[in-house]
Formats: sequence, C-alpha cells, structure tokens
Amino acid sequence: MSRNSLALSVQGLTKRFGDRVAFEDVSFEIGYGEIFGFLGPNGAGKTTTVRTLGTLIQPSSGSATVAGIPLSPENGVEIRRRIAVMPETPGLYSRLTLAENLECFADLYETPRPKDRVARALGSVGLTGRADDLCSTLSKGLRQRMALARALLSDPEVLFLDEPTSGLDPAASHDVHGLISELGRSGVTIFLTTHRLEEAERLCDRVGILNTTLRTVGRPDELRDRLFAKTLIVRTVAPLADPSRIFTTLPAVRSWRTDDGASYILSVSDPVVAAPAVTRALVAAGADVLSIGESAHSLEDVYLELIDEAQGAEAAT
Amino acid sequence: MFRKELRDYRRNGNVIVTMVILPLIFLIQPLVIIFKLSAASAAEVSQRPLLLYMLAIPALVPATIAASAVVSERQQATLEPVLTTPIEREELLIGKALAVLLPSVALSYMVFALFVACVALFAPHGIGAALLRGPLLLAQVVFTPLIAAWSMWIGMAISTRTNDVRTAQQFSLLASLPSIAVSSYLAFSGFPTTLALALALGAALLILDVVGWRAISAIFDRERLITGTG
Repeated sequence: MSRNSLALSVQGLTKRFGDRVAFEDVSFEIGYGEIFGFLGPNGAGKTTTVRTLGTLIQPSSGSATVAGIPLSPENGVEIRRRIAVMPETPGLYSRLTLAENLECFADLYETPRPKDRVARALGSVGLTGRADDLCSTLSKGLRQRMALARALLSDPEVLFLDEPTSGLDPAASHDVHGLISELGRSGVTIFLTTHRLEEAERLCDRVGILNTTLRTVGRPDELRDRLFAKTLIVRTVAPLADPSRIFTTLPAVRSWRTDDGASYILSVSDPVVAAPAVTRALVAAGADVLSIGESAHSLEDVYLELIDEAQGAEAAT
Repeated sequence: MFRKELRDYRRNGNVIVTMVILPLIFLIQPLVIIFKLSAASAAEVSQRPLLLYMLAIPALVPATIAASAVVSERQQATLEPVLTTPIEREELLIGKALAVLLPSVALSYMVFALFVACVALFAPHGIGAALLRGPLLLAQVVFTPLIAAWSMWIGMAISTRTNDVRTAQQFSLLASLPSIAVSSYLAFSGFPTTLALALALGAALLILDVVGWRAISAIFDRERLITGTG
C-alpha cells in the first residue's frame, strides 16, 4: 500500500469478551503523520482497541486496515512489521542492560544494523549514557523513555502509545510529551490513548472520545465549537441598571444572563464581532467595564459533557 | 530471543541455583552409595541398569527452568511488547525452548561425565566396570535429550497456564516426578532392560516430544496470554 493511503481505517470494530462489551461499533480514520488522541475513562476500551489494532487480540466484528494492511490473523506479522506498540506498563527485562533489551527487540524486528539502531534509539530518548546499566536501576520516568526507545527501533509507520505518561510526575511527563511532539514533527503517525485531557489537547491534531462506543471525533477546537455555544463573559464595576436594554439591541448577541451580580454571560454568534460591539454599547451606556473575554471551554469540558451524556443515556435505558 | 533468554537465565539467581543444586543432589547421592559398596557387590551391580538413575537430571532440570519461560514474561509485563513484534508464535517458542534445552542437556552430559569419571577413578575395584556398561552409556546419551525435551515442554505448558513463577515451578517439579519414577524404577527394580524396550521407550519419548511441541503451539494463544481470557 502506498504512503498516501490512511494510516488507520476502522469500520464498525467491536470486541466482546463473552457477554462483556469492551468496545462497540468503533469507526474512525487517521491519516499518515497525524497525532490522534484516544480519550476515555478507565474501562472505556482504549487499551483493548490498541491491542486489537496491534493484532494481539481479534475483533469480534468489524474491519480495519492498519498501516494499509487489512486487519486479519493472516496479516498479523506484516502489520506488526509496520507498527510499534508502547504498552501502559513499560515491560523491560530488568536483568538485562538497556542496550541488551533493545538488541533483543532489534533482533525480533530483524532490523538491519541493529547496533546502530539501538544507539540511535537510545540517543533519541537521551539515554545513551545509560546503555550499559541494568534496566532494574531505571526510575519510572526513564523506564517509560526506554519503552519509547524500544518502540522506535523499527521506524514504525504507526506508533501506538498506551497511556505513555501514566504514573509519571509532571517533570517526567513533560519529557515524554517533548519526545512525542518531536516524533509527531518527524512524521510518525501516533495513536495516543490517554485519560489526561491536557496531554491530548497539547499533543494531538484530533481526538476521539471513547466510552465503549466512540462518542465523537474531531479537532479539540472543533469539538468545543460543536458542543458549546460561543460565549462572552462581561464584568462591570457595578451591576448594570438595565442590562436587557444594552444586550438585546445588539445583533451579535443571541441571548444573555446574569452570572453573579456585575457579571454577565452572553451567547454570541461570533466573539470577534460581538466583543467590540458589546464594549461600545457598555461604554455608551456609561458602564465601567472591568473585562470582556471569551469563555474558554477546555477539552475537559467537552470530555465531561460527552461522558455525562453517555452516562445519562445509559441511566435512561 | 534465544540469546536474550540465555542472558536472562545467566543473571537469574533462581535458575542458577536450580541448575547447580538439582544436578549436585543427583550426582553426590549415588556416588556416596557407590563408594560405600564393596568389590563383592560388583556382580549384583552388573545385573541392574543403575546408571539410568542419572536420567533424573534431564527429567527435572528443564521443567523447572522452562516453568518460568512464559509466566516470568507475563509478570514482568514483557510479553505484550514481545508479542507486538513480527515474531511468529513458533519462532518465539523455539527460541525459548532451545534456551532451556541446550543448557539443560549440556549440564546433564557434564554431570554424567563427571559421574562416570568419578566412578571410573574412585569406585571400588570391579564396581566401575559393572556399572559403566556400553549400552547404558549409550542409553544415557540418547535418552538425555529426549527426556529433557519432554520435561521442557511440560514446564513450558505449565508456564503458559499459570500466573506466578513459583507456582509454575512447583507444578513443574510435580509433573516431572513420573519421568523420574520411570527412570528410577528401571534403574533399581531389576526390570529386564532390553534393546527392544530401549527402542520402544525412545520412540515413545520422541512421539511425546512432538505431541508436546504441538500442544504448546496450540495453547500459546496471544489473546489468552495478554487478556487472561479465551
């Protein structure tokens, strides 16, 4: 398959373990070079999705192509040649050195010039100086880095990162984020599962939110726009005498409500047009304006909204 | 995988202890008995294939080492990264099997050679010649890899089905007992050991080894090993 095809294409993929549904009817597409965030609460099916796409477990139904190869037991080896998976637990051979760990995996991937590859992989995660140390001596953060180095050994077309910063302190997480960003810039397609929303917002071009079923897919800003009305927060020194007279006359303002005394939330069609108009109207009305700003909905808001929706729907049925 | 396994075993205290202690027990105990024998016992010794007792080493050692082959990977969480590489199930199993089998067989031969040397040099007059008979030496050489392979498959089968290394080792030890019982029975019971019996036992072991390989291949299921289901 050519590099122009999709890195991942998933259609109606479902995995059940007996009666238990791990994930159901999941469909999405990811282009080459994209960093795709797969978000969801614990037990949403993220890791099972990675394992399914990584050919470790077989889907119950649905279809997918991974790195251009149809997902099937017969194609398992060919798919695994083109991908790499970094599981949530780094899984290193503690009695072997860093270099020996990577040499083992270089053998398994049958990489040419394994010594060079190992040196390059260690260098890419800043662990060259520890090549001859036993893995048992590494801190948790360095173990994650090592796992990332291992995943890079084979120059994968698609890299699956399952909760890569799980359990790391902020400094170690920051390091791993830096490495992922670098990989993204170098053109590697990354499928990143996480429940850390700021991580997804910072690193991912698009995100999918999974809670057994895929709730939505899109760019973080798209999802915010899709789910939340654009709003302006207006604060004045004193409560306005007649806010209705000011706000209802402005075409850019769809609706408004008082938030707390001298604070007003305005639903607007376009904040860039509405903010200057609101400012002019307030000044003309003699109001002392403290601030006017666009209400920022984070990816966390989107996530919580969708997860709440899902839970509400489940409760209703 | 083979090289990695050997490196890992070399630095694994449990494996080293297993590979040293068990053969030592099966070396020292018979030597002590043999050195206590008088020259007059030579005739009685020549009637029994006591040398077959040494087959307990290839029956025991591979099983206890192979017991950790898969379960230790699960415990270290290294199995998932390994299974996401392009390696085929059979390649992985052969790598692991050879890493258990070759050192075990080499160790069995070494201990046996040491035993033979000790008997030849230090046993009471006549005992050495009575004990070290050509057909028995040949049987030892031929049966060692066959028994070791069967023992290894048993250990590996248990390793794929348990969640704890110690449990796996204990079950493997237990599962090795029938092989040890058979070799000990043949060594001490006075049961007539003929060429036909040797050939039949050899063929049976060969068949068991092939069955063991197929059975392990069948139960080594990626999905079950990773998720614990299926």
